[in-house]
This record gives sequence, structure tokens and C-alpha cells, in this order.
Amino acid sequence: MIDKRRDTMAEMLENCQDAKDGATILVAGFGDAGVAVRLLEAICDVGITDLTIVSNGAGGGDYGLGALIKRRRVRKLLSTFPRSSNYTIFEDLYVAGEIELETVPQGTLAERIRAGGAGIPAFYTATAYGTPLAEGKEMREFDGRQYVMERAIKADLALIHASKADRWGNLTYSKTARNFNPPMAMAGNTTLVEAREIVDMVHPEEVITPGIFVDRVIKVDGPFMWPVGGE
Amino acid sequence: MKLSAADIATRVARDISDGSYVNLGIGMPMLVGNYIPKDREFILHTENGMLGMGPAMAEGEEDWDLINAGKQAVSILPGGSFFHHADSFAMIRGGHIDISILGAYEVASNGDVANWDIPGPRPPAVGGAMDLVAGAKQVWVMFSSHVSKAGAPKIVEKCTLPLTGVRCVDRVYSDLAIIDRTGHDLTVVGIVDGLTRDELEGKTGANLIWADNCETLCPSQAV
Repeated sequence: MIDKRRDTMAEMLENCQDAKDGATILVAGFGDAGVAVRLLEAICDVGITDLTIVSNGAGGGDYGLGALIKRRRVRKLLSTFPRSSNYTIFEDLYVAGEIELETVPQGTLAERIRAGGAGIPAFYTATAYGTPLAEGKEMREFDGRQYVMERAIKADLALIHASKADRWGNLTYSKTARNFNPPMAMAGNTTLVEAREIVDMVHPEEVITPGIFVDRVIKVDGPFMWPVGGE
Repeated sequence: MKLSAADIATRVARDISDGSYVNLGIGMPMLVGNYIPKDREFILHTENGMLGMGPAMAEGEEDWDLINAGKQAVSILPGGSFFHHADSFAMIRGGHIDISILGAYEVASNGDVANWDIPGPRPPAVGGAMDLVAGAKQVWVMFSSHVSKAGAPKIVEKCTLPLTGVRCVDRVYSDLAIIDRTGHDLTVVGIVDGLTRDELEGKTGANLIWADNCETLCPSQAV
């Protein structure tokens, strides 16, 4: 019988070959919406380091990704907007030359991840053509317009925050907390999911991420607003 | 005389046709959402995964699962939908968004735009700007002021800051004028009441052409 549910964070990471030093990890979320904060805490606790993180932002406080960066576990960040008005740990390390950054346009980041999960090694996009973010990349003209070749992103781990999950790993999300979660769930060699609710079965018409993309699921308790208890 | 930010936003909203799918950038463009004419319906797209974005929520009533690209708590209107980031940018890159309205540092006479990075020690942050200018059917830029605080023109022959996109801006709205861009031509289609053509040309760093029916733009008298 398929049962992807786990009861503890220790079981989520037990014998997980992809939770290792030097791993590339997809961290879903946009701002504080849809971030797998408890899974990030577990990754922080297990102590793996020299990580490459793929995330829209760089964390908004000393929790989740921000905590991982603060504890110096991250070697490199691929991000569209690594700035936060109230938390500057990434900026401080970047200015000090102690963390690498690859700046990626937001749609290009989403599509590179989707392509990684879909078995497409590269694609062409008009985004960033003629800008500093296209420097050094292959260009090609199609139908009279110039495009930039972008490579897919595949990762060892994907950390997903879902609204509902079932034992097969089928997932739904809440409003704009969906964001990067579905494409990232597709592109992790191991996809770990924290869900607010575990149900007997997500109705097939309601499934957003089919369970084929999911390896392990754990129920986490609220609150789901960050930072907990204010600034 | 000058147009206020509210005047500019009111005019931009009036120029958007009924039924348009529109992405409003963070900052001044967000104001446009406050001035949608009562006889029109626009569908606002927010790049983090929603069509049908509604007004911001009052303090204490926020739902932090329901935010816009500026990470403010907002609402969703009837007919709206949620989707993931790859689909959201397929809408942008695939040419399904009718108008992208953005703020900028500089716009060049060939339509190049710089709005994302001022080189310095801080980490660069691009967000969705490069996708929006490359993908939307129309790109409109809003300048709260036609010139910088130091008095330098924001409309120039060639951008000096890192580009966001090339040959993509179709129209510029400022506190002094409305200017359409076609090819390398900038055509003034509106000028604020009381400003001479020479004065506008003096505040613009690129050659201007004057539309035959150039409109006089009147600031709102409302305080």
C-alpha cells in the first residue's frame, strides 16, 4: 500500500540520500506565503551545509530560509528578489562577499524549474534579452525576435508547503500560497511536503499537484503567519 | 502646473479599455487600481498567482495567504482565479497580458527601459520586471515626475542604468505629459496646462514630435 505520510520530521529525513552537504534545494514560497517553514527548520536542525538554495526571496526574518542563511549553511542562492525591508542577513553576507548570488528574472526562474521537472534541458525566452542578466548566454533568433537560452533547474530536494495532502501525496494549496510550490514539487529528486491538513483523499478534480511528484508528507500545525507573534 | 500622482493614475485608468487584463507594478502604478471608471471592468493580474485582484484588506482583516506582488494582503474579486508561478509567467511571456504598467528610472527614445538596478554594493533584485516588459502586449511607464530630483531628464536618448528590456515601452505618463513611442519616435499626445512646448523639450533628454491633436491636460482642482 502506498502511504507517503510520516509522523515526525526525523522520519521525513530518515535515509533521505538527497538531504546532504552540497545539496541543491528548491524552497517554495513568495514572501511569507507558501513557505515550508517547519521543513526548513528540520533541514536547519539536521545540520547539512554548503547548500545551493533556489528561492524567490532570501527570507524575511530569523526563521525558515532566513535562519538557514544566518547559520551559514547556504553557499549560493538563486533568487529573483533577495531583499527584505525588515531582514538583511542575506544582504549583509552578500555585501561582505560571503555568499554567492545568481539573480534570475522571476518568470525565467519559474520556467527553469518547471522545465527541470518536465524533462526539458533548456528553453528560449525573450525575457532579459539585451540586459545584463543575459550576458554570456546563448542567443537565437526565432521569427525575427531575439531570445535567450536558459537552462533547466533540477534539485536534490524540494520543500513544499501545501494546504491539504492525502496518503498518495496528492496536494492542494491555499490562494496565493500556491506560487512556486507546484513547479518546485515537480523538480525535486526528493520532494518533501508539509501540509496543514491530511485528508482521506483529495478529490481527483481538486488535485493541483498529483502525488507522483511527491515523496513524503507530514502534517504541521499552525500558526501559518510569519513571523509568529509579530516582528 | 503639474499633474498629481492621483491625476496621472486617473488618466491611465481612463485610457485602459474595458475588459483588459492588466498588471500593475509595485509603487505608483498600484494607484491605478483606485481609479477604475465605474463603467469598466479590468482584470488585475498579480504575478504571484492571481487574476481578479481586489482592494487591499483593512488592518486586522488580512489573510496572509492572499497577497500581491508587493506582499500586501489583498482580496480577490468575483471571476478571479489562483494559479502557480509557471502559469502566471506563461500569461506574461505568452502575450496574454494586455498592459503592463511600471515605474522606471529611465526610458529611451527607442523604447529601452531601466527600472530594476542601480549598481552598488547591494544585491541586485529584479522580480518580474524583465518578464513583464518582454511579454506584455503593451508596456506603459508612469513617472511621478518628468525629471529626477536633481533635475535630470528621465526620458533620454540612451539609458545609462542597467536595462530591464529593449524596445519595449509603448507609452509614458508623467506629471507633465503623455508621450507615445513608435520606433525611434517619441510623440507628445498630451501636455499639462500652462507648460510650453519649449519647456517640455527642455526637461526631456530626447527629441520630441508633437501630435497634431496634442491634448491639454488639466490638473484636478480637487484638494
